[in-house]
Amino acid sequence: MTYIRPKFRHPSAPTNDLGYTKREYEGALSTLCAGCGHDSISGAIIQAYFELSVPPHRIAKLSGIGCSSKTPTYFLGKSHGFNSVHGRMPSVATGANMANRDLMYLGVSGDGDTASIGMGQFVHIVRRNLNIVYIVMNNGCYGLTKGQDSATADAGSKSKAGSVNPFQPIDLAGLALELGAGFVAQSFSGDKPQLIELIKEAVKYPGFALINVISPCVTFNNNPGSTKSYDYVREHIEATATVDYVPLKTEITAAYAEGTGTDVEMHDGTFIRLEKLAAHSNPYNRLTAITALQVARMKNAILTGLVFLEPDPTDLHETLDTSEVALNKMTETDLCPGKQELENINASLR
Amino acid sequence: MKPTNINDPEYFHKVVDCQYACPAHTPVPEYIRLITAGKYSEAYMVNWESNVFPGILGRTCDRPCEPACRRGRVEEEPVAICRLKRVAADNKDDVRSRMPQIPAVKNGKRIALIGGGPSSLTVARDLAPLGYEIHLYDDQEAGGGMMRSQIPSFRLPVSVLNEEVNYILDMGIHVHFKRYVSSLKEILDQGYDAVYVGTGAPRGRGLELPGLVEAAANVHVGIEWLASVAFEHTRSIGKKVIVLGGGNTAMDCCRTSRRIGGEQVKVLVRSPFSEMKASPWEKEDAMHEDIPILENHVPKTYVAENGKLVGMTFEKVHAVYDENGKRSLLPIGDPDVFVEADDVLVAIGQQNTFTWIERDLGLDFDQWNMPVVDKLTHQSSHPKVFFGGDAAWGPKNVITAVAHGHQAAVSIDLFLRGQDLKDRPSPFTNLVSQKMGIHEWSYDNAVEPDYRYVVPQADKELTLADRKLEVELGFDLKTAFKEAQRCLNCDVQTVFSDSKCIECDACVDICPTSCITFTPNGEEEDLRHRLNAPAVNVAQSLYVSGALTTGRVMVKDEDVCLHCGLCAERCPTSAWDMQHYLYKVTKAGHSCSK
Repeated sequence: MTYIRPKFRHPSAPTNDLGYTKREYEGALSTLCAGCGHDSISGAIIQAYFELSVPPHRIAKLSGIGCSSKTPTYFLGKSHGFNSVHGRMPSVATGANMANRDLMYLGVSGDGDTASIGMGQFVHIVRRNLNIVYIVMNNGCYGLTKGQDSATADAGSKSKAGSVNPFQPIDLAGLALELGAGFVAQSFSGDKPQLIELIKEAVKYPGFALINVISPCVTFNNNPGSTKSYDYVREHIEATATVDYVPLKTEITAAYAEGTGTDVEMHDGTFIRLEKLAAHSNPYNRLTAITALQVARMKNAILTGLVFLEPDPTDLHETLDTSEVALNKMTETDLCPGKQELENINASLR
Repeated sequence: MKPTNINDPEYFHKVVDCQYACPAHTPVPEYIRLITAGKYSEAYMVNWESNVFPGILGRTCDRPCEPACRRGRVEEEPVAICRLKRVAADNKDDVRSRMPQIPAVKNGKRIALIGGGPSSLTVARDLAPLGYEIHLYDDQEAGGGMMRSQIPSFRLPVSVLNEEVNYILDMGIHVHFKRYVSSLKEILDQGYDAVYVGTGAPRGRGLELPGLVEAAANVHVGIEWLASVAFEHTRSIGKKVIVLGGGNTAMDCCRTSRRIGGEQVKVLVRSPFSEMKASPWEKEDAMHEDIPILENHVPKTYVAENGKLVGMTFEKVHAVYDENGKRSLLPIGDPDVFVEADDVLVAIGQQNTFTWIERDLGLDFDQWNMPVVDKLTHQSSHPKVFFGGDAAWGPKNVITAVAHGHQAAVSIDLFLRGQDLKDRPSPFTNLVSQKMGIHEWSYDNAVEPDYRYVVPQADKELTLADRKLEVELGFDLKTAFKEAQRCLNCDVQTVFSDSKCIECDACVDICPTSCITFTPNGEEEDLRHRLNAPAVNVAQSLYVSGALTTGRVMVKDEDVCLHCGLCAERCPTSAWDMQHYLYKVTKAGHSCSK
């Protein structure tokens, strides 16, 4: 096996606003199975951050345990990384974000890491609305331990060994909506153009952003009868709308005809544009979003795209009224104001 | 675009840039891999079969392969293909046993070859093993043609030349050396079944300028003078030498002058330095030997005093280009420059001369007094007479002459067997998977980042003192191995099977040079601009699949593919496979393939 990626790149490879090529956003060569959906998601992450011209050293990527949680090694090799305990990525991410609000946080997890062992952590990071991009690489099985059904495996889905899953799946997007998440999206590793746009929007979104990505396990869950195989997903996919991330308002008028879609302004003046909205889909209404998910489920369809968007969220820093300044930028006197200050505080509580 | 037809033998051939650019289509990556394996004799024979003179060409080739080398498109410099060929030649064992057997009983057909240069020798090499009786005529005292008379020994030692010429002459060729053929009719009257004219472009162009009459004794035509040095009729030259011309002959003239008495040797060219015809490395070698090259100098007069040349005057010009890019050299208005000289060597071009061919034989000549020769078959309007090398369409180079020789041999063989000359036999091709295991290939797919290695040269003091001492020393085996490792193995092809692809994108994500894109189909012009990296090099093909499950197609830009095999390694269904493609140009009667 080749572990060394050749150093040569396309001589006229495009560069972003920082003058970087995609190479600056790549990581080590993947050791996942050839054809793993997770690698495509890694590719989409690389492309999205490249297109957004994010300086790689301003990103912190965090993960738990599992095939999905190995992937941070394979992208953003020049960013900060933390490969944490199984299912406990949300806690570590919360701590990191509270201490340093200046970094951009990317959490990567899998269906086991999120919906089984990490379920208790997941629900709380959602309800606290931590400002993070939370990507679930959802393949419906435990790939690292030879493909047992996971908690997101659909009832009736057949495993490679031939057994049929008797249990109901946990719908992570539905759960996140229920818990008040402000940005909920679903996608498919095999639909990279859509996934890249969703990641870019999630990165720009100033609150908790969930992207639940169906990512076929090519080794253990790509068989006929599985509802998370490449073929099955392609046949049952149903997009909410065509989504585009638009860097600035001026570019909307330049590139798009007026009145063909809805624009949602982000805090930094960039826009998310939704075009060709599917019937009965209104991503600004939590109720219709929940309905859309349920309808798709009844039809055995997989709803992809931006499912729900709350344009003006209140993130955890705002809720807790934390310092505007990251802890690492404070001086010793700021962080440790001294005995007199402590006495003042104690006195105020008496 | 329509799906690419990879069954067309030329499609994958074109991907092997070096082989495609080589006039004789030598399977370059094939022999470079053999060199890394230490199989020098095998590497030599791969060369010998295609280009007939690996040792000679490994020192003197014009290397059309190197500018074409893919490596030059992903980094600074191409693989040193030419000098690796020399490594095979220098380190081989006795290869005679690997060469074709010559039948003792001949087939009864007799062929005359006029001229003993590379193209004639190639015809002889291809046809002798088929049982033809071959007679070779040349006015020199030994075979090799211009390789012997014009390429100086410090670039090509006589021992190397003799060895490779003799491999062919020893095939039972009837040689008639020191025999100038002054009449084609005379040859035809001897009843040969076919005649091959490989007489080259033997006449150097002179330069008529005021003062020539008085200075004539010290004004020499370059190629004649080089021949005279090679055959040791000329052993010295004046201390101050002017060489006129900007081609490789001029470089050979000036460097030879430095070795036999020339102390202040100057090359003067009409054109700008960058537009000289000489190969860049030959210009470098000349300058390394303290020979200044003065550009933009147009010769005006020979200056003689007391009946002896003392120098030349030149007008200084600059190049001006019109909107069509046509160049004119306009005077810059400076006073003429006088350059002192004891001798002048004129190396401004070569010409064909066919005074020895009677014009009433049914062999047509065109308005430029060149024979009318079929581009494909090399046959003239006289069915028995074939042309090749410089004699066919004017001066080119050794490797082109060899390529002509192969094609002419095919034609002569077809002609003498009474078959249609236009119906050319197909090339030999073979496409074989290199898969050894899930992630293993039977070729070394790792891409080495090393920069091109420099070929060491002998000490200048020594080489300038001895005309016959070879300047280039060739790679030692360690360096040769490292240089050979730079080869990207472009002949190991990325072969795509539409039906196996599940569109997982793994190949797209892994490809280091962003060659692969899955996208809706379109016209070529449109597709080239919406790939993952724009495919701006239109000389390179796009490899397009049939429609896949989602209706998209796979488009691969061949331009900067590293042939690293990562797409195939990351492919879960083996829709991508790395397959070794061997392409051998048709030779007469397949005489040299086993």
